[in-house]
Amino acid sequence: MGFEAITFYIFSAILVGSAILVVSLRNPVFCALALVLAFFTSAGIWILLEAEFLALTLILVYVGAVMVLFLFVVMMLDINLAVLREGFARYLPFGLAVAIILVAQLALIVGPEQFGLEAMPAPPSHPEGYSNTKEIGAVLYTVYLYPFEIAAVILVVAIVAAIALTLRRRKKKQTMGPEDQVKVRRNDRVRLVKMAAANKDE
Amino acid sequence: MISIAHFLVLGAILFCISVAGIFLNRKNVIIILMSIELMLLAVNMNFVAFSHYLGDIAGQVFVFFILTVAAAEAAIGLAILVVLFRNRHTINVEELDSLKG
Repeated sequence: MGFEAITFYIFSAILVGSAILVVSLRNPVFCALALVLAFFTSAGIWILLEAEFLALTLILVYVGAVMVLFLFVVMMLDINLAVLREGFARYLPFGLAVAIILVAQLALIVGPEQFGLEAMPAPPSHPEGYSNTKEIGAVLYTVYLYPFEIAAVILVVAIVAAIALTLRRRKKKQTMGPEDQVKVRRNDRVRLVKMAAANKDE
Repeated sequence: MISIAHFLVLGAILFCISVAGIFLNRKNVIIILMSIELMLLAVNMNFVAFSHYLGDIAGQVFVFFILTVAAAEAAIGLAILVVLFRNRHTINVEELDSLKG
């Protein structure tokens, strides 16, 4: 068993273990941390598949942005865990049965009989100076330019939607609007009263 | 030597774990969202494996787009979750039945 195989088995064991932790742990904060571990480990497996750019993107985008967002929301919300855990034990046999049947069926389809080394041999190793990032960029900015622009638009829409959803306008404002302050005239605020002079002692 | 079947079976296992996760935690929206992220990871694993073994870079470009859309989806989903919790003070799926569906 070569170095690649040993690395693959270690990483996939960690990946499957952390995935099980994600769906079975009690505290959502620990679930999010287990998911971070799962993303990190799969980034390692992608580097084994010579997809270096995507592996680093996975770490930057998921671990750096999405999971921090998850942790932020989980810690911000005050959740009653006991109520949310109801039914876990009741659904456990059914969920396990469905999962095992699904794995068995999928392994039957994509197993070594159809996708073994004979059916799909490993590709030759790349020459020296090969850059995965360069290859992706070469097609991303030419063939896939239009989808790339659409992806940018989707991100903008997500930003606008997230801000618009969570923006809260307070009803009772203590501050005054600048437009009202500018519009004020002297007559609105000051009233001059004419009256006779009065003696101080009276 | 590891074949593409190893990676495909690994993706299948990940996918089934996340399906089971949705079954088991059907009351907690946060765990359901995390399971969906795990599903997308399993799909991406298949894409990258096929891209490597077929020598075609298009699979990796597709993973790139999936990552983009998944990030947008997570941001909007969590924003909806925050608004939901602010209005209803719960994230229990069974109590979110005001549409009477």
